[in-house]
Amino acid sequence: MINLRDKGAELWDGANRLQRTAFALVAIFAALCLPYAGNFSLTNFLNTPISSYEAVLVYPVGMYILMALGLNIVVGKSGLLDLGYVAFFAIGAYTAAILGTHTHLNTWEILPIGMGFAMLAGVLLGLPTLRLRGDYLAIVTLGFGEIVRILAINTPSIGGPNGIAGVPQPPTVLGQAFDITHPDHFFWLVVIMILAVIWMVRRLSIRRPGRAWEAIRQDEDVALLMGVPILRYKIWSFSIGAAVGGAAGVIFASEQMFVAPQSFNYNVSVLILSCVVFGGMGNIWGVVLGASILSYLPERIRFISNAREFVFGLALVVMMNIRPEGLLPRKKREHLSDEERAALKATRAALNASKKASKKAEKEASK
Amino acid sequence: MNFSVVGSQFFPLLINGLALGFIYVLVSVGYTMVYGVLRLINFANSEIFMLGTFATAIVSTSVFKFNQNSQPSHGMKLVIVLLCCLLASMATSGVVAVFVELIAYRRLRTKGANRLGSLISAIGTSITLSEGVRILTHSIPVASPRVLSKFYVFKIHGVGLRIDQLLTIASGLLLFIAVDRFVTKTRMGKAIRAVSMSEENSKLMGINLNRVISLTFLIGGLVTGAAAFMYMTVYEQTVFNVGFNIGLAAFTAAVLGGIGNLRGAFYGGLALGLAEEYFSALLGSQWKEITVFVVLVLVLLVKPNGLFGEAVQQTRV
Repeated sequence: MINLRDKGAELWDGANRLQRTAFALVAIFAALCLPYAGNFSLTNFLNTPISSYEAVLVYPVGMYILMALGLNIVVGKSGLLDLGYVAFFAIGAYTAAILGTHTHLNTWEILPIGMGFAMLAGVLLGLPTLRLRGDYLAIVTLGFGEIVRILAINTPSIGGPNGIAGVPQPPTVLGQAFDITHPDHFFWLVVIMILAVIWMVRRLSIRRPGRAWEAIRQDEDVALLMGVPILRYKIWSFSIGAAVGGAAGVIFASEQMFVAPQSFNYNVSVLILSCVVFGGMGNIWGVVLGASILSYLPERIRFISNAREFVFGLALVVMMNIRPEGLLPRKKREHLSDEERAALKATRAALNASKKASKKAEKEASK
Repeated sequence: MNFSVVGSQFFPLLINGLALGFIYVLVSVGYTMVYGVLRLINFANSEIFMLGTFATAIVSTSVFKFNQNSQPSHGMKLVIVLLCCLLASMATSGVVAVFVELIAYRRLRTKGANRLGSLISAIGTSITLSEGVRILTHSIPVASPRVLSKFYVFKIHGVGLRIDQLLTIASGLLLFIAVDRFVTKTRMGKAIRAVSMSEENSKLMGINLNRVISLTFLIGGLVTGAAAFMYMTVYEQTVFNVGFNIGLAAFTAAVLGGIGNLRGAFYGGLALGLAEEYFSALLGSQWKEITVFVVLVLVLLVKPNGLFGEAVQQTRV
């Protein structure tokens, strides 16, 4: 099967600065226009049958892309299996709900606080547990996710199982009101946050933390021997991922105006992890694509509402069997020098030539 | 905190905890065996358990015509009914486990995919199975009629051991010993242990890898099916997502004992069953799940490889 990821990377590498900027601007513009796609006959196949299309774009689609990008830092970049990512989402959402209903802080002021709390939780969870390996870490994070949810259910002062209603919505920015009649404004907000996260991840990937995470992911022991402070970078990865989850939680709470423990169950963690792996771990575009498909698909096929989760499960199994590395897998080699790239090109050309030659020979032989 | 309850109820809680613990032991054997061989969390194991519980319910209602009003049976008939339910449950779970491996894991394994890919495939299988059953049963819990009348085998100072609990504890212990003997003493068991040590080397030694992996899934499925039968005799009700909590607890038990280690699963399962009973008596049952995870985190902090992780290299199944 063709590797779209490599093809895309080749085109991107070949383009000059102007072409790249133009492409990025067009792509961002297209993304911002998405809420209106439902109104045109050419694109109205995107409409979701039962829930409002514009609202679906904010939650689940936008939120899941945001969270999948955050989880991708933990799972895709540094190879730590986190099955309790929803905990950070919940911490962000509850921070927004509690501060929003008890203080006069508005959503923009709560956003950094929510991210801070999520980061703090990430550090507190990470310090003792990041010494564990692989599946032990997975089960502890899973446990953490459940602990946060059950704590929320069993604490009457934050609403217990009923949750908190009446979370204030964000104040107007540049004349754009954020309320229930304007899901498109929320969507733009989420797109801006997604772009910020993509920018952050891309910058981090080519700098020291990114290289440290890559080393940890490939081989922890070797990374340790090469002098990478493993625990520190793991905690950084964990808490940056947590901060993104927390930010998503704050926006979720103020968009839905309501938080309740059942929104933060284990299935959400599994779904976000599925987005990351389904799309292609470690590759931003793969993760965005995977999250878009997996969050949008169940809403789009709501007309078979009873069987949609069933179809979703089947789709996961079938897709993973066809493309085990995900839809858009990461590039095999991350950093190539110019000489290496030239050598690779030459090798590929030689390989293709020899393939052609052997095919020709076969044809002649069959004649 | 209600210490007096724990004091006065010490022995009843012990018995309940042991019965629950043996169900956990058997389910976590399913997790730990597969993990030992493939280094893969078999997320579909909870659904394998769920299908076992449904097999038990279906056999007792449609084959033996028990219903909610019928009297519990006794004598020879009781033994036959229970055995048939047990066999049906084990067979269903075993066959499903083998098919899950064939459909969801084998292709990915032979392609040499990374472990997370297999994990997502496993999660997909789990969703498909539980959703399939949910659609078939319209999300309605299925009650299993009472086949075994629940009398006390003995009662000393108000502390009684019910027959279903005795059955669970005794057959759980027997089955675990059987699996343990199989893995440590027989030729096929040796092959399983060899594969868990090194896939490559065991292939070079002429071991049929696919067969051994299928066998591992079969044994894991059979044992999980037996656990499903015991669950049904004790709790008498099942629903499409019954496997979720049991599976989570059993997997936690496997990790607690040191995952991949068969005997670790035994101690882990018992410890977890007892911990759940005592802690829910102490703190109230709403905190039950939390205490499970808190115990797990505390154990892993002191021993990062689980209680019996040290011996993992030698005694991997």
